[in-house]
Amino acid sequence: MSDVLERPASSAPLDDGRLKIVGTRPIRPDGVDKVTGRALYGADLAMPGMLVGKVLRSPHPHARIVSIDTRKARALPGVKAIITGADFPELADEEYEAGESASNLRDLALNVMARDKALYNGHALAAVAATSSAVADEALSLIEVVYEVLPHVVAVEAAMADDAPVLHDKLFTGGLKEKPTKASNIAKRNEIKRGDLAAGFAEADVIFESRYDTAATHQGYIEPHACVASMASDGQCQVWSSSQGQFMIRTYCAKVLDIDASSIRVTPAEIGGGFGGKTTVYLEPLALALSRQSGAPVKMVMTRDEVFRASGPTSASVMTVRLGAKADGTLTAADVELKFQAGAFPGSPVGAASMTALACYDIPNFSIVGYDVVTNTPKVAAYRAPGAPISAFGVESAMDDLALTLGMDPIALREKNAVHDGTKASYGPTFRNIGYAETLEAIRSHPHYSAPLGPNQGRGVAVGFWFNVGGESTAAVNIAEDGTAMVITGNPDIGGSRASMAMMAAEVLGLPIEKVRPIVADTASIGFSMLTGGSRTTFAVGMAVTQAAQKIVEDLKRRAALLMDVSVDQVDWIYGAAVCTDVSKGKADLSLADLAAKSGQTGGPIGSQISLNAQGAGPGFGVHVCDVEVDPETGHVTILRYTAAQDVGKAIHPSYVEGQIQGGVAQGVGWALNEEYVFDTGGVMENAGFLDYRVPVASDLPMIDTVMVEVANPRHPFGAKGVGEVPIVPPLAAVANAVRGAIGKRMTSLPLSPPKIRAAIDAG
Amino acid sequence: MAQLDFIAPVSPEQAAAALLAGGAGARPLSGGTDLLVQLRSGRLPPGLIVDLKRIPEAIGIRQEAGGFVIGAATPGIALGEHAALTAAWPGVIEAANLIGSTQVQGRATMAGNLCNASPAADSVPALVAARATCLIVGPAGRRTAPVESIAVAPGRTSLAPGEFVLEIHLPARSARSADAYLRSIPRTEMDIAVVGVGVNLTLDADGVITDARVALGAVGPTVIVADAAAEALIGSKLDDAALARLDTAARAAATPISDKRGTADYRTKIAGVLARRAATIAYARAEKTA
Ligand SMILES: Cc1cc2nc3c(=O)[nH]c(=O)nc-3n(C[C@H](O)[C@H](O)[C@H](O)COP(=O)(O)OP(=O)(O)OC[C@H]3O[C@@H](n4cnc5c(N)ncnc54)[C@H](O)[C@@H]3O)c2cc1C
Repeated sequence: MSDVLERPASSAPLDDGRLKIVGTRPIRPDGVDKVTGRALYGADLAMPGMLVGKVLRSPHPHARIVSIDTRKARALPGVKAIITGADFPELADEEYEAGESASNLRDLALNVMARDKALYNGHALAAVAATSSAVADEALSLIEVVYEVLPHVVAVEAAMADDAPVLHDKLFTGGLKEKPTKASNIAKRNEIKRGDLAAGFAEADVIFESRYDTAATHQGYIEPHACVASMASDGQCQVWSSSQGQFMIRTYCAKVLDIDASSIRVTPAEIGGGFGGKTTVYLEPLALALSRQSGAPVKMVMTRDEVFRASGPTSASVMTVRLGAKADGTLTAADVELKFQAGAFPGSPVGAASMTALACYDIPNFSIVGYDVVTNTPKVAAYRAPGAPISAFGVESAMDDLALTLGMDPIALREKNAVHDGTKASYGPTFRNIGYAETLEAIRSHPHYSAPLGPNQGRGVAVGFWFNVGGESTAAVNIAEDGTAMVITGNPDIGGSRASMAMMAAEVLGLPIEKVRPIVADTASIGFSMLTGGSRTTFAVGMAVTQAAQKIVEDLKRRAALLMDVSVDQVDWIYGAAVCTDVSKGKADLSLADLAAKSGQTGGPIGSQISLNAQGAGPGFGVHVCDVEVDPETGHVTILRYTAAQDVGKAIHPSYVEGQIQGGVAQGVGWALNEEYVFDTGGVMENAGFLDYRVPVASDLPMIDTVMVEVANPRHPFGAKGVGEVPIVPPLAAVANAVRGAIGKRMTSLPLSPPKIRAAIDAG
Repeated sequence: MAQLDFIAPVSPEQAAAALLAGGAGARPLSGGTDLLVQLRSGRLPPGLIVDLKRIPEAIGIRQEAGGFVIGAATPGIALGEHAALTAAWPGVIEAANLIGSTQVQGRATMAGNLCNASPAADSVPALVAARATCLIVGPAGRRTAPVESIAVAPGRTSLAPGEFVLEIHLPARSARSADAYLRSIPRTEMDIAVVGVGVNLTLDADGVITDARVALGAVGPTVIVADAAAEALIGSKLDDAALARLDTAARAAATPISDKRGTADYRTKIAGVLARRAATIAYARAEKTA
């Protein structure tokens, strides 16, 4: 997550004030298909002879699987395959790096299909493939499982207790000075430190301390996980599925099933939302195993209930934050402790939450300690800026109270302690080319910040940080015989990336945007790319696209020189045509169409592919201000007004940048106000559906105003920074701080649902 | 394996006979917005669906004897578009129109809302406050029953095998009368009532409340008719003291549980808050009627 940030950039971005396409707002190339319903999503593919695959899931949150008897189910007419954990190889305990989330392959396989133990209600135990959905359902009901039900634990602090039921008897807390001798649910303790904490607090005139907790929340994508998989008798596999990365699907299927990666061709379907939740596999390895056994293609589609019970939410958490400051607001010390629920296997985002917790602040003395804790709940998956919104909720709530205690304006307090270019970030590297100060200023000078408030209304401010990543990426650009272009990448388009890829290529080639067609290719048709996540695609894949287009321009100049019979250094590429710079030669310009038509005379087809490992994704900062009104009798919170400013580097397609900011805010508001996993005492999720798991509906939100601050990232050809994750970091605290203003009381526990607020008001 | 059957009879008697013959697995369908969801989720096993929409009496709104007759399969959208009905029973109609979204309104009915017997059904407290009745058709013929007698427990009705609701009747309206319905949901729409309150008032020429009826939803297994809450209003001009008495009586009448949607304590308090607010709206509406 920290790469070459410290090093100054070598070349200036292409943004020389003469951009024709980058920075404009053309209609997105995938738009027509999506609004007319023609776009094909994960569940839309059908094949002849296709079977229906379904999963048997554990009704218990924690149980030893004594036996699974599938004989009766197998005997049912129409049942073509049944698999259990025994159908999968046992994998080594090794970490695999895949973009935003590293995975332990053994844990990943055990999450896909349980072996000896069911670790959460909803954990897959067996799967069937049958000729119809009804037969598959009946078959599931005929599978006989004998369980030894074990005590379970859901809450993070309960799981950390000495007498808690232990999920994994070979899990020993990592990150301790001495290796523990007793297995524990605490998978890891991590610590980031600077300076002398005690001295820092001793220097402080004011110390503020509080405890916070947040509930587990789901990414809430509209499209449930879905795939079709087919394995032929020669072992060659095809998978069509909706995910954040077809190469990620290929890798994980290859590992979980022990198949060569080259034998699996994964075609990405259109994706109906991911937000990090589709950066792992659930169904694809099962569908392949069922196809292998049955010899037929198998389609699997999760129900919403399965999505909630068996796919990754993000962590519930408990935090404490202690801040020390001088009377003038200068922070002298910060002590942060984060306890994160990981779900059934280690891997909560507590590491990233720790690294981001104080990333907006320049504090001489601090300690951040994080605990990654396994619980009998679904294994968490990445969720948009994983971990950062959670720690920001604690730190930004505490900063708000500190500002109140000091009688300081909340923006002024943040400006006083803000990181700048040259500041050594709390998580290690030295910041360069950051636009944080400009973003704070954008909110402070925004009319929203000084607009009057009415009774029962409050205003909250919060800031947020996210690293943004680059990473391994491939892009190809091919020129058709008429001089139009195709841009081929390996990254699912979640937030409008087809548009930005086409725009960057069109800018370099000098073509109108309509002449550039972007496609997202399958794993056999383009080189490897890391998944769409970490806000990396426009930055990293965009870099590959730009370089591929630049390579073509170089080639076109060479070809034009051949045709013009001049030397290559006498040819320039200007707005889509080769121009001979020596006017005395009287050469007519050659357009891309001219050159394409004559490609046979100049070396054959025109195209290029670039594979690179993009470094230097500029980190992003967001500053949000939110106004709420609280109904003091019912505890309902109405979001009256919301303005989000963010340093975006350079907005390639401003509408989609604004869309990302608005979407992040909408999700963050849901997290703040109503979203939560509710478990009954038996460890079963009580609200596994969109009726009682409440994401915001359109009428819950005002129009969200955005302010794009453009402080260019010199490492990207057009100056872009990642933008998709930063905007979900501040809203939890921005809303909570606004509620504090409206009711005069601090709410430290999310979500801020009406019953909790009314109870707080009643408590006086 | 279980199978799903569907028929759409054109007379009430055919429908009753089919329901009786279909036994426990037979279900009337008005809008299907509960029934189909329950079938798809597996909460209900597949059986026989008896679609009521082809029965002429089950569709439409008719003015009879000063009141209104609403066919059981009439969707919410048609209720809201009926000017005379909306003028006479604004509370009933706002309750019915709160159900779901525009899409759901195209199908969802009050009869389905009533017979689904959810404690949180939105239109039912308003119908109860309005003293609505049902015309029930069954194998033994026709009978009339007050709406509050239909649901007996969550998901269970008093309808006998083969019986279904053909019409909902709203009584004739006296002068200076109006109703109102309010619900509390965590979001602003597409949600299920944590508390719902229907209030129906009649005033005299001086603005004194002469008749009142208060019904509470989602704070008990079925809708609660809060008589003491109504009595707290009668004889008053809805002054602060009357509102305070109403609040206390509504809270006293509520018997909620704590669940994922709200604590019992919260629901009790909100029953009082919404009773006051709904009464205030109904009062203002009644004052405006001729
Ligand atoms: C997205 C969505 C949002 C919703 N929001 C709300 C809401 O805000 N508030 C709310 O209260 N409800 C809500 N509902 C639930 C549902 O829409 C309502 O309860 C609706 O009024 C049901 O009417 P229906 O005609 O569709 O009933 P149906 O589904 O046709 O029937 C419901 C039940 O009643 C029985 N039944 C139907 N008609 C008759 C009859 N004439 N005689 C006897 N039995 C009958 C059926 O057999 C079934 O058991 C929502 C549902 C959805 C899908």
